[in-house]
Amino acid sequence: MTFHPRIDYATFHTSQRQLEDEGAPFVYTAEHRARFDEILKRYPPDRKRSAVLPALYLVQRQLGYITANAMRYVAGLLEITAADVEDVVSYYTMFRTKPAGIFVLQVCRTLSCALNGAERVTEELSGKLGIVPGQTDASGTFTLLEAECLGACDRAPVVMVNDAWHECLKPEDASKLIDDLRARGEAALSGCHHVIEHKR
Amino acid sequence: MEPLLTKYVREPNSFTLDFYLQHQGYEGLRKALALKPDEVIEMVKVSGLRGRGGAGFPTGMKWQFVDKKSPNPRYIACNADESEPGTFKDHLLMERNPYLLIEGCAIACYAVGARVAYIYIRGEFLHVQHILEQAIADAYARGFLGKNVLGSGFDCDVFVHRGAGAYEAGEETALIESLEGKRAQPRNKPPFPAVVGLYNCPTAVNNVETLCNVPLILFNGAAWFASLGPEKNGGPKLYCVSGHVKRPGVYEASMQVTLRELIETRAGGARDGRRIKAVIPGGSSVPILLPDQLDTQASFDGVQKAGSLLGSAGLVVLDDTTCMVWLAGNLLHFYRHESCGKCTPCREGTDWLYKILRRIECGEGQMRDLDLLSSISANIGGKTLCAFGDAAVTPVLTGLKHFRHEYEAHIKEGRCPLPADWRARATVGAH
Ligand SMILES: Cc1cc2nc3c(=O)[nH]c(=O)nc-3n(C[C@H](O)[C@H](O)[C@H](O)COP(=O)(O)O)c2cc1C
Ligand code: SF4
Ligand code: FES
Repeated sequence: MTFHPRIDYATFHTSQRQLEDEGAPFVYTAEHRARFDEILKRYPPDRKRSAVLPALYLVQRQLGYITANAMRYVAGLLEITAADVEDVVSYYTMFRTKPAGIFVLQVCRTLSCALNGAERVTEELSGKLGIVPGQTDASGTFTLLEAECLGACDRAPVVMVNDAWHECLKPEDASKLIDDLRARGEAALSGCHHVIEHKR
Repeated sequence: MEPLLTKYVREPNSFTLDFYLQHQGYEGLRKALALKPDEVIEMVKVSGLRGRGGAGFPTGMKWQFVDKKSPNPRYIACNADESEPGTFKDHLLMERNPYLLIEGCAIACYAVGARVAYIYIRGEFLHVQHILEQAIADAYARGFLGKNVLGSGFDCDVFVHRGAGAYEAGEETALIESLEGKRAQPRNKPPFPAVVGLYNCPTAVNNVETLCNVPLILFNGAAWFASLGPEKNGGPKLYCVSGHVKRPGVYEASMQVTLRELIETRAGGARDGRRIKAVIPGGSSVPILLPDQLDTQASFDGVQKAGSLLGSAGLVVLDDTTCMVWLAGNLLHFYRHESCGKCTPCREGTDWLYKILRRIECGEGQMRDLDLLSSISANIGGKTLCAFGDAAVTPVLTGLKHFRHEYEAHIKEGRCPLPADWRARATVGAH
């Protein structure tokens, strides 16, 4: 996470800061609650806090993002404070506190991908969608983000779309990927090595 | 050397239990369970296995340090966070050969007297996590995990714990904090995790590739393992080659191999018509090597002798189209983003370095900025809680050392001196 752009020295008091979205009162669906109970068994009974990341993933799956009320709910389940939960949510990049598009595109921008044209991929996607990284397009379909090394540098440039992967995306194919995603959803993605090698 | 860890990765069914059982699967665990835990540790010590996560610390010794007298339970934490730029070997192992890791975890638990191993996997590897979880379920079903493993009386649980996007979670004490449900920020050392680790209990943190080597040692013997490589650098090693090469990928070799052989023979060398300008041999955190150092032996000790580190064995190859100021800026963007924020020099300094580098790249730098870069770097390196700080200034310091003329050219000409059509990157100034 980065601390710098958000801190506006002297004009901004953290004590006045409010969470972006209170959201409606939150409870897990029965299915998610069962999954949560299952996950909790992996940790010692007096170490429930260990389940905070999985618990937040379940929230995000249910709502698409994490609201203040959901954080309070998770805090109650794990017997920690809501501030403890917010501390975690605000640290890890994979948690969102705002709604996102149906497809969240994360272009890896780190060295090996950048050497193979990742910056150009982002430019193409930006142009096609009419947004800059960090934004969601007007139709609410696509959110464009940049990510740091995704751990598949031999398949550069790599793009993550929600939890799935698309590898070896050339800048010239970037715009077509958007059309394919609109038409076929995640079936348009190459997937990870695993899948690629099976297709060969 | 014939591939050992990646021998079957291209077989369509390599990730299934039946395939694994047909190829010596769980034989290492059987052998381990017939020995005493101390004998297993002794074997790993004699084999000379060194940690594959970055530091190259002897694994047997790390296990021996796990406090056996403590009244608390002990833990194995497998580091599957793999976030070091240029590194993608653990990914392949878990995706294509997940049982090897599970077997390694079980043997490690047996050796240090733990009952539970947590595999901390980075959040972006969800597809890999699914494969691992399936493999773990199959292992339980056949009695390789759970209560009374293979009738030996030894109980062992392996759980996957998913991270959520934080490079720093790869640092061993930050990983433990994250496992405990907190921000991934490192702890002070000492005490080391072997004494006070997860839940304040003795814990061994081991990399995925490290644990995958353990079944091989048990099955084939410590002497065999040591004989596979140069002295103190035994066993097979996975190398990740990426960047400007014809065939990027994971290559397995004995540590006798040279950087040249990996880059030119295995990975196909530089792209047509290009020549290699520099190589980062061990993930983005280590010093840059120059083309005349390519005959260096790609072992922990060999690369160190050449003035760099083998680190996570992520070789990033840079050809003559690469602007070294841009490169430092790209990596500092990474470090600025990933700094956990606990120490001021790292949190603030990486941002300053990034901004100054971008300024120089865009042609708006001044000569005194070069001194500023050195001075900020000197105030980060060696002055932080974890090794991240040293890693973050490495691209700047080695860039200035070997390619100072490029920095100066940017400042004098007021622009990037490389031809614009060489760039695989966006127009300068777009940031
Ligand atoms: C900033 C930082 C990031 C790290 N990231 C990783 C990582 O992603 N994977 C890993 O195995 N080790 C990583 N390490 C090294 C671990 O701290 C630790 O040394 C390693 O997991 C020990 O395992 P080994 O002895 O098997 O190598 C990192 C270290 C630092 C300082
Ligand atoms: S050096 Fe950086 S990453 Fe490491 S503890 Fe300090 S702030 Fe965190
Ligand atoms: S640099 Fe993009 S996956 Fe590693």
